[in-house]
Amino acid sequence: MSVTTPIRGVIGESARRVEGIPKVTGAFAFGSDLHAEGMLWGATVRSPHASARIVSVDVSAAARMDGVAAVLTAADVPGRKTFGLEFCDQPVIAGDVIRFAGEPVAIVAAEHPEQARAAAAAVVVEYEPLPVVSDMEQALAPGAPQVHEFGNVLRHVHIVRGDLEASGAEVWVDGYYETGMQDQAALGPEAGLAVPAADGGIDLHVVTQWLHVDRQQIAPCLDLPEEKVRITLAGVGGAFGSREDIHMQLHACMLALRTGRPVKMSYGREESFHGHVHRHPSRIWIRYGATREGRLVAADVRLLLDGGAYASSSPAVIANASTFAAGPYEVANVRVEGTVVYSNNPPCGAMRGFGAPQVCFAYESAMDELAAALDIDPVELRRLNAVRTGSVLPTGQVLTGPAPAREVLERCAAIPMPDEEPALGRDPIGYPGGAGNVSRGESLRRGVGYALGFKNVAYSEGFDDAAEATITVTPAPDGLAATIRTAAVDYGQGLYTVCAQIVRTELGIDDVTLEPATTMRNESAGSTSASRQSTMTGGAVLMACRELKPLLDGLDAPVSRTCTYHHRATTGLDENGQGDPHVSFSFAAERAVVEVDEELGLVRVVQIAAAQDAGRVINPQGASGQVEGGTAMGIGLALMEEIQLEDGVIRNASFTDYLIPTILDAPPVVTEFVEHPEPDAPYGLKGIGELGTVVATPAVVAALRDALGRPLNRAPVTPDDLVGLRAPATSDGPPPVPDVPGQQAIPEYLGLGLGQQELMKRRDE
Amino acid sequence: MVIRTTVNGVEHEVDVWEGSSLLALLRDELLLAGSKNACEQGECGSCSVWLDGEVVCSCLVPASQADGATVRTVEALSNGGALHAVQDAFLAAGAVQCGFCTPGMVVAAADLLERDPDPSDEAIREALAGNLCRCTGYQKILDAVHAAAGALA
Repeated sequence: MSVTTPIRGVIGESARRVEGIPKVTGAFAFGSDLHAEGMLWGATVRSPHASARIVSVDVSAAARMDGVAAVLTAADVPGRKTFGLEFCDQPVIAGDVIRFAGEPVAIVAAEHPEQARAAAAAVVVEYEPLPVVSDMEQALAPGAPQVHEFGNVLRHVHIVRGDLEASGAEVWVDGYYETGMQDQAALGPEAGLAVPAADGGIDLHVVTQWLHVDRQQIAPCLDLPEEKVRITLAGVGGAFGSREDIHMQLHACMLALRTGRPVKMSYGREESFHGHVHRHPSRIWIRYGATREGRLVAADVRLLLDGGAYASSSPAVIANASTFAAGPYEVANVRVEGTVVYSNNPPCGAMRGFGAPQVCFAYESAMDELAAALDIDPVELRRLNAVRTGSVLPTGQVLTGPAPAREVLERCAAIPMPDEEPALGRDPIGYPGGAGNVSRGESLRRGVGYALGFKNVAYSEGFDDAAEATITVTPAPDGLAATIRTAAVDYGQGLYTVCAQIVRTELGIDDVTLEPATTMRNESAGSTSASRQSTMTGGAVLMACRELKPLLDGLDAPVSRTCTYHHRATTGLDENGQGDPHVSFSFAAERAVVEVDEELGLVRVVQIAAAQDAGRVINPQGASGQVEGGTAMGIGLALMEEIQLEDGVIRNASFTDYLIPTILDAPPVVTEFVEHPEPDAPYGLKGIGELGTVVATPAVVAALRDALGRPLNRAPVTPDDLVGLRAPATSDGPPPVPDVPGQQAIPEYLGLGLGQQELMKRRDE
Repeated sequence: MVIRTTVNGVEHEVDVWEGSSLLALLRDELLLAGSKNACEQGECGSCSVWLDGEVVCSCLVPASQADGATVRTVEALSNGGALHAVQDAFLAAGAVQCGFCTPGMVVAAADLLERDPDPSDEAIREALAGNLCRCTGYQKILDAVHAAAGALA
């Protein structure tokens, strides 16, 4: 037994997590744990149809049931009827049209959660089913049903550089690759508690990734001024992108304002699958051209993402995917045509990697094809072509910061290989598929695969996603104490611990406290996403500390500083996709060693060797935890994770049917960090949360191809793919490039209300 | 339906809905929110508690089954502020990120160590195979269970 010790730890040390103790004792209050005296429970009525007209909604029977306090429909939305992260295209509650299965149609509040569920089931909705756009290529076909009245193209990004016809390529490879719809599967559900206030406003405690952008979307829909919508962060049980969009916030607020009582909503697992966005499924056609010596000279990529029914962050995801589509390689002649479409599938948006995993799977698979065609070692081919500082990307953006693509590849390749193991006579748990493997090692094949990937840090295309933080230093009997106040969200990745480490380092103060994140006391810290918070909020904390430092000698009264950190300015894309869209980049490489039972199609990932460009490691244990966890999520996409859709309806909305890696599936991950400080970033750090996910999928699938010699071109790979019962995914070629007015999202040309872009504009004024 | 049950050494008499699970009884009636609700199907282990000494997924156990029984939850592990060795090891090893799976994980790990004081990697993997974690990739959880075994030895 040991006793808790005071938290210590400066940057570079594996400081203990600041909120760690309540998390291990069970005292940490997640959104689903909130409770208020006299609270009601909310429930949601959701459409079983992916595309339908709502003929009628009859709430009378539900409203008369025991314990029911309110049943609300679209007509009860007090203000603006739609919301959205980038464009207001999503109804708070569907009124006339259903665009995806699971779309809310009515909401209920009752005394007991079971009464709320029963009442939701008693709401009678008459639907007139409409044709379903269930496929991303179908969405682009002439005469396809229109998901929105303005068409099915959500955004098209066109990037051209050099001249593909005059590239001088001597060897070409052509590939077609698909990835499935992945779920973030954060263990903590969407949840929150809305408490009506005496001033007519609302106090909302909620699971989210960005408090201020929630407020920006909620206030107009409730017809309240922003200062009457006060949002406080509840404990977040993971997010990975799934908490960027509004989930139960508006519904709980509406029910609380209507009933005058606190209302809690907490989704179950099935509802969670319907209540948040997913990773975009992709179809990618990629052609790489090289000289016989292996110099990459041409990349021609057509990429299609299924955005589902509403925009969410799809416009930014397609921009990311398109700008990374040619890979972290020097290639002078490039054309990328990236389209994200609307469909009647569930909305897709942010998930760890944000467009980077899909294209990394395609370009790294194509690099292996090219290596085979040229008879060059796959690692050597990547080394030969990898970008470096000064390289020009397909957008014309010059890599100005450290770009250790070669170094991460070399460091990863140099990690010792795992020992060979005898095939026979193992503990059953040591076989692919574990104890369920009945062949006992008679048909094992080992394979090795590599992947190199890159991703941007922070928001792109001209966004100024600045972060504010306040540090207060107070004289205390035994020295000084510091508090950190920020609206930034830590959903488990360790941001708050990093902030505390910065304060300890800069001010030499051991006693550091974090105040709860709310919209009431600080301006926006931006979203906890895009690998940005250690740079952005960490940067604001560092600025405040440096302003305070000279004031601490003989301090006899509390002193505060509030600072705002901005990253360098970026630009949008011109008509040829040229610009300076990304703030900075991070690189990673992974090597996967797998063992496949070729008769049963079962896989065991034996080891992952990872090398991650980190700029500067602030918390070694936290950093390796990010690589390990991110890698597990990438292995999930490689081997098991896919939302199964049938006419737009999710068929596996449970952890029984949607599998994520367990401790039996997760391999040892050996991680090395490459540290070259990024100019203008605090301590030179780079965000590291996403790249493990980006590179793990292609590395694992490459290792499976190496083991079996099968041309696997779709992730997740299934046992049927591995034993040859299912043929590789095929395509008749990419659909035509859509006719669009320009590089912006289509809703922008139509003047559909803006989302987070507006928040940024207001800040500029 | 009235349930009489002893939870963490305290006797309770609770009137619950007939269909209530033990997890709902603990969380919504007794306000012991340490046991988490993440799947409601016994797949994730976040709701793990001891029922008469056996670790169960409390989401799968009808509340009626706890009538006359003894329940021990994660809240009982840290005794008067002192962390259980498993809890301390989870913190020291960096085995906690979002923390949502953590209460179930520490219950499952503490139970394993009560039965097997020096478990192998395989034994730990087997014992925790029913506890999902989405954040850590499990490596530091393995490290933590080994460290806790060492601390308890």
